Amino acid sequence: MTLDGVEPLAMDFGGGSSLDGRERALALLLLSMADDEFVIGFSDSEWTGIGPILEEDVAISSLAQDELGHAQAFYGLYAEVVADGRDADAVAYDRPPEGYLHARLLDHPRGDWAGTIARRWLYETADAVRLEALARTSHEPLRQLVDKLRREERYHLMHVETWLDRLATGGDEPRHRLAEALAVMGPDAGTVLATLPGETALVRHGIIAEPFAALEARWRAITSTRLVGLGLPALPPTADLATARTRHSEAFRSLHAEFTMVRRSEVGATW
Amino acid sequence: MVTPLGLVPATHVAETAVRAVLRRVRDPEIPTVSIVDLGIVHDVRVRPDRIDVDLLPTFVACPALEVIRASVADALAGFGRPVEVSFTYAEPWTTERLTPAGRAGLAAAGIAPPTALEDVRCPFCGSGAVVMDSAFGPTLCRSLFYCRGCRNPFEAFKPV
Repeated sequence: MTLDGVEPLAMDFGGGSSLDGRERALALLLLSMADDEFVIGFSDSEWTGIGPILEEDVAISSLAQDELGHAQAFYGLYAEVVADGRDADAVAYDRPPEGYLHARLLDHPRGDWAGTIARRWLYETADAVRLEALARTSHEPLRQLVDKLRREERYHLMHVETWLDRLATGGDEPRHRLAEALAVMGPDAGTVLATLPGETALVRHGIIAEPFAALEARWRAITSTRLVGLGLPALPPTADLATARTRHSEAFRSLHAEFTMVRRSEVGATW
Repeated sequence: MVTPLGLVPATHVAETAVRAVLRRVRDPEIPTVSIVDLGIVHDVRVRPDRIDVDLLPTFVACPALEVIRASVADALAGFGRPVEVSFTYAEPWTTERLTPAGRAGLAAAGIAPPTALEDVRCPFCGSGAVVMDSAFGPTLCRSLFYCRGCRNPFEAFKPV
């Protein structure tokens, strides 16, 4: 299952040789979304206890908790499709770092508060476009979940858009830090909406409304209007699209070592 | 009625009886509101060999779900048959599902019931001179507000 120009993803379907093309494509989509939510949720949870002010400490912890819950729900849907005996926890924790399919944008460490806001803004705006394209998906359990998630993600967007304004207009230092973070992450921002192997099947079976390239273009228009309004530079084109969800960073390897620590030290431990 | 073996014989269990018991199960994070008034009971099916209860999570990541599952199973144990509690997204839980009693229960706990931002009232003094501090409060379902009338911080249920 390779697509022109897209590096095959390290997918292990276990006993899943019985999966057909539709199921494989669906499983890939679900796992990529689960890993996105899991990695940003875990990474943002590093702010718990050290948020810049008390309200933001509470807010970012709440946001991170939401994302981890969303990841758990996506891992659950993935486990149902693949049906290889693994549950959501096994899928979430029992893979080597190179087996994760999150977008390269999320390979960046959380950085300072401006870095976290930049990453959240780039991710949340792309995720909103993706969720919209799944609002009428033919996979009914996914449709139900997406309907629920969009009501929660609305608050995530409100939060990060408010902070984007605050940093961009709050004086030289916050604006400089924000611009710097956007410049560092910009080339990876579009990876959230990079095409997936099996995309043709996803569109043909009505699982996703449009190809990812169309979603990426819509997201780019939305973000570019916003950046122009703030007088910030436009985002550069996405670099190295073919490996958008593979070849993860050292920062992710460290994060992986941390989030699998309990699971590795106590086999069978539950959340 | 007790049989010679000391067992309660299998009798008809009415769905209304099950729902009446569920009305006594409280939300662990808001003890003044029952799960029925919170609007999370999606379906109750009484079968000869078990009782199925389908619940709607208020928020996907709500950490109270497992506590609620256990409370429901405990509360229904008296019906003498296995209880299966499931969570479903078959329809999204929204704040519209709160009953009037549920909204009153929130207010009694000092939490402003969910409403449009401009209609939020202080649960302590009723003033409308309130300001949102943060959309994110101590639990996923609550926001932080400040009342300029009585100068108290308070929480408001997030409309979803």
